[in-house]
Amino acid sequence: MINNEEITTNGSIFPLGWLDSLRVFFIEVGEISRFTLRFFKEVFIPRYEFKALVKQSYIIGYKSLPLIAITGLIIGLVLTIQARPTMAQFGAESWIPSMVSISIIREMGPVMVAVIFAGKVGSGIGAELASMKVTEQIDAMEVSGINPFKYLVVTRVMATTLMLPMLVTAADAISLVGAYVGVNLKGSISFHLFFLQVFSNLSFSDVIPAIIKTFFFGFSIGIVSCYKGYNANRGTEGVGEAANSAVVIGSLLVFIIDMIAVQLTSLIY
Amino acid sequence: MGIPLVEIEHLSKSFGSNRVLEDINLQLDPGENLVVFGKSGSGKSVLIKCLVGLMQPDGGCVKLFGEDIARLKTAELNVLRKKVGFLFQSAALYDSMTVRENLEFPLRDMKARSIADVEGLVKESLRNVGLEEAIDKMPSELSGGMIKRVGLARTLIMKPEIILYDEPTTGLDPITSREISQLIVDIQKKYNTAAIIITHDVACAKITSNRMLIIKDGVINATGTYAELSVSENEWIHSFFI
Ligand SMILES: Nc1ncnc2c1ncn2[C@@H]1O[C@H](COP(=O)(O)OP(=O)(O)OP(=O)(O)O)[C@@H](O)[C@H]1O
Ligand SMILES: [Mg+2]
Repeated sequence: MINNEEITTNGSIFPLGWLDSLRVFFIEVGEISRFTLRFFKEVFIPRYEFKALVKQSYIIGYKSLPLIAITGLIIGLVLTIQARPTMAQFGAESWIPSMVSISIIREMGPVMVAVIFAGKVGSGIGAELASMKVTEQIDAMEVSGINPFKYLVVTRVMATTLMLPMLVTAADAISLVGAYVGVNLKGSISFHLFFLQVFSNLSFSDVIPAIIKTFFFGFSIGIVSCYKGYNANRGTEGVGEAANSAVVIGSLLVFIIDMIAVQLTSLIY
Repeated sequence: MGIPLVEIEHLSKSFGSNRVLEDINLQLDPGENLVVFGKSGSGKSVLIKCLVGLMQPDGGCVKLFGEDIARLKTAELNVLRKKVGFLFQSAALYDSMTVRENLEFPLRDMKARSIADVEGLVKESLRNVGLEEAIDKMPSELSGGMIKRVGLARTLIMKPEIILYDEPTTGLDPITSREISQLIVDIQKKYNTAAIIITHDVACAKITSNRMLIIKDGVINATGTYAELSVSENEWIHSFFI
């Protein structure tokens, strides 16, 4: 309510119409691009905050592992169970392992994990940086001559970019185990045979692009949540808002990047 | 007396249509405790944020140690910032770190400091504010007064030449307020620092000030010592002191 008023008194006497929303949107896009540029400028100049990077990777990566593992297991299990009736109609039950594994590795693994990651890690980063911002902790760093962007933002964005691909890889592996269990619920196939079928149909053109896109997922989740936290408004309300929009925009970006990635890979292969 | 440590000329700052500072002129001499007095919302915090480059003024000039901060590169400004201590209104302790880590954090850029050195500095700094036993606590475990003191210890650890206090006593009981005010005077004596103290606490001003300024409507409305201002004929000024 207050926010709305501020914007309208700045601009026109009309209430916030679609034109204003559009303007706000483009300003935001511009600001995020500037933020991203600043990241690339600062990531290469020393000093490197190596210790903080390790700590963030631990928090962002390792601590997300249980959640990601459960997600992965369920995806594998559910996909297999859902695929069975249709495949059975065509008498193609023996194709279940390879079909399910391809859909996990190409699409379900990366996207589902990234969205969960945006929810857990994105909101965490957004809220943490926003509360540091509104309680003047970021200002305090700045006045003591320490570059808060480097210490807080660069380390977190690097950590999300490096950790998400690892988490996706782990989730893919666990998903395949889930799929194996799913196949064995109604039928029986040996562990060996299952993975033989999986890998005989899996090619590098399935794996590599899927892994590459997760770096972009991780990067954009990191950038957006840091941007939202770092530029939070004054007051505690800003903290919730930052966390919320970090998740919303982060997840949305995952789908948008995924769409672009799919188009690109289908062009190449 | 040497060059002024801080010189502010014709500083102005607005937020949208809200003109907070119109035309501020002030100077801080070595060894001096300058109290800036003013009502809530008169722009005192904005003023000292402009002083260290946390906010960009719309007009006017801010000189730290004789150098115009608007002309400095970030790296050069950071060198000056290390000589200026800033105690935030909320103390701004890093709440993911222990008291010890909070104090060590500003030292991390200093080269060739041995671990024993850092340890010694942390302890000395905490001793100065009388909080040695809190060294391994988290900020969330401290009371408001303790938080202010740790904030002060973190400011002192850099051995600043200028200290900026943003409402050091606000939100504290009168006794703790007096202790903090006394601490400010002790630090001035012990380390021969100069300070700008922002406050609307008369008792604090009385104990700490060598000179006072009163901000009203974005300009310096009155200046003088505590003794002079407290007997002012001007009703508005007088109203602060009753
Ligand atoms: N970042 C900002 N954006 C917009 N307005 C601001 C900002 N910072 C301060 N203001 C406005 O500037 C004015 C002065 O604020 P400031 O925090 O300097 O007051 P103050 O004198 O320190 O008051 P207090 O004693 O309550 O701390 C207020 O009207 C506030 O709304
Ligand atoms: Mg203030």
